[in-house]
Amino acid sequence: MKYTSVFDIIGPVMIGPSSSHTAGAARIGRVARDLFGRLPKWAKIHLYGSFAETYKGHGTDVAIIGGLLDYETYDERIKTAFQDAKNAGLEFEFIPETDHTEHPNTARIVIGDDETEMSIVGISIGGGTIEITELNGFPLRLSGGMPAILVVHNDRAGCIANVAKCLAEYDINIGHMEVSRKERGNMALMVIEIDQNIDQSIMEEIELLPNITKVTRIKK
Amino acid sequence: MEVLFHNVRELVERAENENKLISEIMIEQEMLMSERSREEIIAQMENNLKVMEEALEKGLKGVKSVTGLTGGDAVLMQNYIQSGKGLSGDILLDAVSKAVATNEVNAAMGTICATPTAGSAGVVPGTLFAVKNKLNPTKEQMVRYLFTSGAFGFVVANNASISGAAGGCQAEVGSAAAMAAAAIVEMAGGTPAQSSHAFAISLKNMLGLVCDPVAGLVEVPCVKRNAMGAANAMVAADMALAGITSRIPTDEVIGAMYRIGQTMPTALKETAQGGLAATPTGKALQAKIFGGAVLERG
Repeated sequence: MKYTSVFDIIGPVMIGPSSSHTAGAARIGRVARDLFGRLPKWAKIHLYGSFAETYKGHGTDVAIIGGLLDYETYDERIKTAFQDAKNAGLEFEFIPETDHTEHPNTARIVIGDDETEMSIVGISIGGGTIEITELNGFPLRLSGGMPAILVVHNDRAGCIANVAKCLAEYDINIGHMEVSRKERGNMALMVIEIDQNIDQSIMEEIELLPNITKVTRIKK
Repeated sequence: MEVLFHNVRELVERAENENKLISEIMIEQEMLMSERSREEIIAQMENNLKVMEEALEKGLKGVKSVTGLTGGDAVLMQNYIQSGKGLSGDILLDAVSKAVATNEVNAAMGTICATPTAGSAGVVPGTLFAVKNKLNPTKEQMVRYLFTSGAFGFVVANNASISGAAGGCQAEVGSAAAMAAAAIVEMAGGTPAQSSHAFAISLKNMLGLVCDPVAGLVEVPCVKRNAMGAANAMVAADMALAGITSRIPTDEVIGAMYRIGQTMPTALKETAQGGLAATPTGKALQAKIFGGAVLERG
């Protein structure tokens, strides 16, 4: 099911004018911020389909920047997000693309700072509900509506079991899990939706397990 | 994850078999799926109701969007109602005025509650706060109105679409009008089956409606589409309460809406390339607002 809550339909409470182009866009930006773990120094935002055609009128651009600044869909500061970003030292660029994408409201957000960079693809499927479909080239499906951890690891036997065992030790239940890889034996990504927010210390513990490269999380 | 209903048929059957309101089935499903308490869920919906009322009151005082394309029409309609000259009936015109008020606030980047989307956010609260004056509901009944709307919208969102970019305006204002029609029926004391018929009658008359916003803004024709969505919802509810039924079952109407959306040209699905957006005046407004560069794109 794409929509799981009545509040996906009667909600969100948000700044206008468009649930898919404003609220959904803000949510994609905020998930990107969450996964990056801090305010990036720069952002390149590629827009596709209806996003590319109508982003100025819908405030899609200010909403995505608002999301990168960690604003909620109902945060009045979305309106001043461009100025707020400049004040916070975030440089950004919007690039409308003409390529055809599977979903009409698609954004690719590439963000980074001096240490690292990250790329995510998000789609806004209607009424403010979103899905993340790609992270650093890995295909995935993530709603952003549930707490989750994303684990980049080497594609080796035992990795998944080790992570699951660690979560079990802290009594953290896995609601949904997906593993994807670009090619066999190379880098792989675990996406684990869990029932509660996870502590930083547990993430650090997972990061110390063999063959684990990086752990990030989405809080709720 | 247990789901109490996948379509409108299952929703109505469950309500009838258990002798419950549709709103109650939605509350029970939300408790199951979110694992939250009834109190938490009701409190969140009460907050949404509050946001809707505040938006509507702000709009009734008169707002203007940044572009100046929309704003002030809710006030004009209220003044007309006060003059006593209204022909369509004061409750219907009140619903129209309050739907417009909400969408004028949305266009002005004010705070609203999406129902099911921001572009269609006027219909559900507009009708609710209009029929309120006739039916004198309790606060609980007003909150239930939103759960009933939500139950039907939930089916549409999962089995078809509530996105103008994916399904055209029929998926947004069409869904909103049909959701409101079903909720009006429940508040007026109609049966779950009558809610379903009201939903079907309303949506049937929204099928094929395209999403063609001038300059890509949620203003023209969105605000007036909400006005007509509210009027459509009121009349569809009255038809169902009068005992009129839909010959095509509700779930099949939703299926038709989905397929129409699939075959609708991209130019008519929130890209600002076709329909009213592509009229000479639509293009001229776009050029005026965004300058020449955007005109070439349209």
